[in-house]
Amino acid sequence: MDRSKLKIRPIIGMEIHVQLATKTKLFCACPIEFGAPPNSRVCPVCLGMPGVLPVLNRTAYEHAVRTAIALKCEIARFTKWDRKSYYYPDLPKNYQISQYDLPLGFDGAFDVPVDDAAVSNAPADGAPADGEPEGGRPTDGGSASGRPESGVAAGLRTGRSPRKTSGTESTGYRRVGIIRAHLEEDAGKNLHEKPGITQVDLNRTGTPLLEIVTEPDLASADEAYNFCVELQRLVTYLGASEASMQKGQMRFEPNVNVAIEYDGREYRTPIAEVKNLNSFKAVRDAIRYEIERQVSEWMADPDYVINKRPKENRGWDDVRGVTEFQRGKEEAHDYRYFPDPDLVPVEVDDAWIESMKDSVGELPLERQARMSSEYGLSSADAATILADRATADLFEEAAEAGHPPTLGKQFISFWSAHANARNTTIAGLGIDAARLGELSKITADGLVNATAAAIIAEKMLSSSDTPTAIAQREGLIQTRDEGQVQAWVEEAFTKNEKAVQDALANPKKQQQARGFLTGQVMKISGGKADPKVVGKLIEEKLAKLSQDL
Amino acid sequence: MPGKIDDAQVRHIAMLSRLKPTEEEVRLFSEQLSTILAYFDQLSEVDTTQVPPTAHALPVSNVFRPDEPHVPFGPDQALANAPRRDGDFFAVPKVLDQESA
Repeated sequence: MDRSKLKIRPIIGMEIHVQLATKTKLFCACPIEFGAPPNSRVCPVCLGMPGVLPVLNRTAYEHAVRTAIALKCEIARFTKWDRKSYYYPDLPKNYQISQYDLPLGFDGAFDVPVDDAAVSNAPADGAPADGEPEGGRPTDGGSASGRPESGVAAGLRTGRSPRKTSGTESTGYRRVGIIRAHLEEDAGKNLHEKPGITQVDLNRTGTPLLEIVTEPDLASADEAYNFCVELQRLVTYLGASEASMQKGQMRFEPNVNVAIEYDGREYRTPIAEVKNLNSFKAVRDAIRYEIERQVSEWMADPDYVINKRPKENRGWDDVRGVTEFQRGKEEAHDYRYFPDPDLVPVEVDDAWIESMKDSVGELPLERQARMSSEYGLSSADAATILADRATADLFEEAAEAGHPPTLGKQFISFWSAHANARNTTIAGLGIDAARLGELSKITADGLVNATAAAIIAEKMLSSSDTPTAIAQREGLIQTRDEGQVQAWVEEAFTKNEKAVQDALANPKKQQQARGFLTGQVMKISGGKADPKVVGKLIEEKLAKLSQDL
Repeated sequence: MPGKIDDAQVRHIAMLSRLKPTEEEVRLFSEQLSTILAYFDQLSEVDTTQVPPTAHALPVSNVFRPDEPHVPFGPDQALANAPRRDGDFFAVPKVLDQESA
């Protein structure tokens, strides 16, 4: 069979576990601390002792609901807690408390930026989730063209109901349906390093996790990668999770299969779920591998299709870059869910939902677009400022009294450098908005130049004086007094005759020599000369000299 | 008591619970569990057609705890009743299965 005659469309859905940013566990007050000594953050509740009473952490519930709101989910007015039974040493109660039939959020949608170029350069790489027509996309060698897959058919293939947010979606975004979002407790850790025994550390047991399940709307490994990045950005922006990969606070489980079109017919490979990935790169690499593996398996075995083979779990081997079949746990998947009698239901009223909606506010992508147009920032710079919500808030406050584009440049350059050097955010530097705004304004107004602004910024870190006061004290106010600047220009010309000759007579070096002379004047002035005035006076001087030649 | 719970179901539940009952125990438990279930069956004699379904026996909802830490057990207290420990870890027979979700 000729591989190039196949039209391949990956179908990818994600299951994600996000650790919520609470100080304590979901159903007990044990502190959550990554890297604490083994079994030092436990109590009778999370150890699964008999007769204990779990009590729900309100902050965890609110973080979960706020995230669900940001994912445009419907919020359940009534939820309960269910026991999911399984026996494993890292789960001392022998059941996990979760939400089974009444998740706190459902039927949502999340827009993920999609690299346009990547999509159009990869002709075989996936179909649109919905809304977009299939036509206009190049097909593999032009064979099997004219497949009438409309947006409606694409919707039907996942069996989902029509989206409440149907209509045109912005180009460059993939709308990913969210099936559900629910809260559950994490298990502990089993360590298998010692021969003969398994070591169990129960510190992590009971940590709040938000599980998010998407529709199979992602159409390539790159889209899945972008989805994960964007989700991380969302939850950190909301303050709902620290979302540190290193600490395992986000774990991903892609469900992958492929639709293969061959000789006018479509074949679907069986779905594989890749378990427990903990980096964006692993998500992308594992999905790429799965797509290729499934196509190869189907080419070798025509019965490798969804109705003839069961869904399988696979593990990702990061070192070898392959996924491996994991023993079927079909029988073990008998979780015997039932309502937890120790926990009472949660009922959410309008006032509570409204207050949580208010705290969600404007979402990162929307805010990025607005800040970019409102303040004249590039999209990338706006994204950088938005990486931390408090910093974005500070920027907007400072922009009111300042010069926004200059403020943006200063945030991206020296302010973020100072923040990084101190291992904090710009907001964490503790400089008030008024002073930040003022520095951008006096820079934009030409009172100080860019070099001086950086020096002033440094001084602002250890002084509460205004930038203008610092500039005056440090002698950094730019000189626009033409008599003074003229004297500096004269000095620079006298000291640099070669450059003056080049500027006058050497066409190849003219530009360079002018730049050099400008730099020399700035240097002689101690950075105080206004570059605009310097430029003007140098031009006048050169014009005069060339007349005299 | 004729099989409300048959031997195969007992073996299945035992497998899920990582228990290995003998054949004799399987028969004994299937009999006992059937008796227990039959006893509970008496509840279905009550007419509940007018009673709305509930997820909880108490008419209470929204019991929360603030997100404030208590002082947890230290490892020695946590491991005091452990059948076996290895340093500050619980030690259990080697688990060969992959991480369970």
